[in-house]
Amino acid sequence: MNRSAKSVLMVGVGGQGIIRASDILSAVMIEAGFDVKKSEVHGMAQRGGCVSSYVRFGEKVYSPLARKGDVDLLVSFEKLETLRYLDYLKPDGKVIVNDEEVYPPSVNLGEETYPNDAISYIKQFFTDVTVIDATEIALSSGDRRMANTVILGVLSSHLDIDKKVWETVLEKSFPPKLLEGNKQAFARGRGD
Amino acid sequence: MKVLMSGNEAIARGAYEDGVTFASAYPGTPSTEIIEEFSKYDGVYAEWAPNEKVALEVGIGAALAGARALVVMKHVGVNVAADPLFTVSYTGTEGGLVIISADDPSMHSSQNEQDNRNYARAAKIPMLEPADSAEAKEYIKIAFRLSEEFDTPVFLRTTTRIAHSKSVIDLEEPAARREARGIRYDPSKYVMVPAKARERRVVVEKRMERLREFAEMFPQNRMEIGDTRIGIITAGMPYNYAKDVFPSYSYLKLGMVHPLPRRLIREFASKVEKIYVVEELDPFIEEQVRALGIEVVGKEAFPCTGEFDPGIIETGITGTKTKGAVLPDRLLPQRPPNLCPGCPHRGLFYVLGKLKVFVTGDIGCYTLSFMKPLQGLHSCVCMGASVGMAHGMDKVLGEQGKVVGVLGDSTFIHSGITPLLNMAYNKSNAVIVICDNRTTAMTGMQEHPATGFTLQGEATKALDFVALARALGIENIQVIDPFAIKNTRRVIKEELSRKGPSLVISRAPCALLAAKQKTGNRAPLRVDPDKCTGCKACLGLGCPPISWQRFEDMEIPIEKKTAKQEGIARIDSAICNGCTLCQQLCGAGAIEEVAADE
Repeated sequence: MNRSAKSVLMVGVGGQGIIRASDILSAVMIEAGFDVKKSEVHGMAQRGGCVSSYVRFGEKVYSPLARKGDVDLLVSFEKLETLRYLDYLKPDGKVIVNDEEVYPPSVNLGEETYPNDAISYIKQFFTDVTVIDATEIALSSGDRRMANTVILGVLSSHLDIDKKVWETVLEKSFPPKLLEGNKQAFARGRGD
Repeated sequence: MKVLMSGNEAIARGAYEDGVTFASAYPGTPSTEIIEEFSKYDGVYAEWAPNEKVALEVGIGAALAGARALVVMKHVGVNVAADPLFTVSYTGTEGGLVIISADDPSMHSSQNEQDNRNYARAAKIPMLEPADSAEAKEYIKIAFRLSEEFDTPVFLRTTTRIAHSKSVIDLEEPAARREARGIRYDPSKYVMVPAKARERRVVVEKRMERLREFAEMFPQNRMEIGDTRIGIITAGMPYNYAKDVFPSYSYLKLGMVHPLPRRLIREFASKVEKIYVVEELDPFIEEQVRALGIEVVGKEAFPCTGEFDPGIIETGITGTKTKGAVLPDRLLPQRPPNLCPGCPHRGLFYVLGKLKVFVTGDIGCYTLSFMKPLQGLHSCVCMGASVGMAHGMDKVLGEQGKVVGVLGDSTFIHSGITPLLNMAYNKSNAVIVICDNRTTAMTGMQEHPATGFTLQGEATKALDFVALARALGIENIQVIDPFAIKNTRRVIKEELSRKGPSLVISRAPCALLAAKQKTGNRAPLRVDPDKCTGCKACLGLGCPPISWQRFEDMEIPIEKKTAKQEGIARIDSAICNGCTLCQQLCGAGAIEEVAADE
């Protein structure tokens, strides 16, 4: 894998397991021998607001934040949030999007409508777009809360890192009773 | 061993490795995790103080007794602690005393964006500023060494991006702890009456002079000479942003932002052709460099508001932007943070929003109720401000308008007690409501003096709000359950109509705390579409699981109950907490429990 700094931006809604997923991705990159910086904002955002987390890795990484327009991979846990962060991507950036809708308050109140063209809109501007129903896959693996592991599985298929490295980190990341389910969720996301 | 740690975790680790045994703090984003992490290490003592002033005073005492003491607060906490701060600068302490000021550029979780480097200058206290987790761990140790060597409190300044971003650090073994040295009586140093303070005032200036000399040789103030056409003077996180974009330019990276190394700055200026000062918020370094007669580019190229990122540095220096994906502007629904499903604040603020009263507020999750649809809070200045403000408004308005002041259990303890005493003393007619959710919810559920537990998990005395208010002279006191809407409305109206100050304690545990303690398991609710009349009363709660569904968007048509009906409400039972507020508001009896076997 190229050693110059790469940027992954994970976005979604508070409670979707984004911070946990970005922790695991960071651990994988350390295990693979990269310098890693990762950044997110806590606090108010935990109350159902937008959550975004950068993971940057390479030979040497200075900034935990990437320049707008310089993100290699946008991993979105929620469709509307994907649209909010599309302009952070490079023109040839890749998008992984979870086919999940979480309504913001204004939509719940019927004051605004949820954009129903998210996927086709993304595909209008980007060629490498992977859509996945991670919640559905997680449910069929036993627990909807494993959707973030499914998404990590998809992400792993886009990064040139040995599968064994991912497995080592997954084993360290989950207690024994949750490990099997998560490994299965990961494998299904990865398409094994 | 190499591990990934946040700046906060790294500071806690560094303090532990350095033999620090004592810490005191009041929670505040982005500083909270420092003392939480520190408190878990073996052989340390750490406590939550009721506010930052107390935290600092406790730290001063601990350091006076010879311990190395760490005191932690967010930027606005330093305002609260400013009184002891400015004078401990005169006295110094026996053991090292380090104060963490966690600033919040862009106000991710704050009410203002003050640049606390100004406190270092105003209080004449040296300040270090790390640029990542590894430096955070290194600098906390240097800060204690400086504190002991120069007999001064030392600031370590972080920003949200340092506090909450993670980078790789090397763990080291903890150093041997030093024993507390016992009591040393030294009135001329520790009794700051005018005669003694005048003497110490001179000592402080001499100390700053010695620190300025020290700064010249301080290895963490370092020059990195590369391409000399451009030189960048910077400190903290902005150093990383600049290096990310311009790795080959020359840098003067300052590890100590107060006092500044004047000769080193002159030397750097002589080596490079054009100087940029890259710093977030105030032109703190810039103005001091200009005062040396050195020409620089600073705030004319970079904003003085908000957090930086590498793109801002790139644009400031080159005038151009990285070309990302080109997309048309598109308006998207915003996603502001919201009160959780089952939050005890929702019922209270629903009631307050419907009463035509001005509600003074302060800082807590409940501040979010200023938004639609609750709109039950009309001011937020600082912690505890709601009480004094309600009283001031009441005195001016008299019979013309009633005022309610709200604050949290933790913020009441932080700075609501004194103004409540003032209300009794000065014969107020305002109503104060403590939103008592039994925890410091917003910063992540920290214990406080009314929860019955300490930071390190020991059972302890729990403050009794009712007994306290009585002792202050408040006679009208009622405790309510905010999940009972009708009663909440009745009690607030009753207290508004009374003469004299009133206190209402709105008591129910935070939904996240209840979930953590596995209490209050309630059946989730759902809407019976055949009974819902589409009146939207439940939507007025702004509860995340409740949404509006228009008839035209439905796949299976539903019979209209009235000619005007446009749709129905829905509840996402998977995230409903079953608090029943919506059920209490539903006039059609359309909201029902989901049976356990469904």
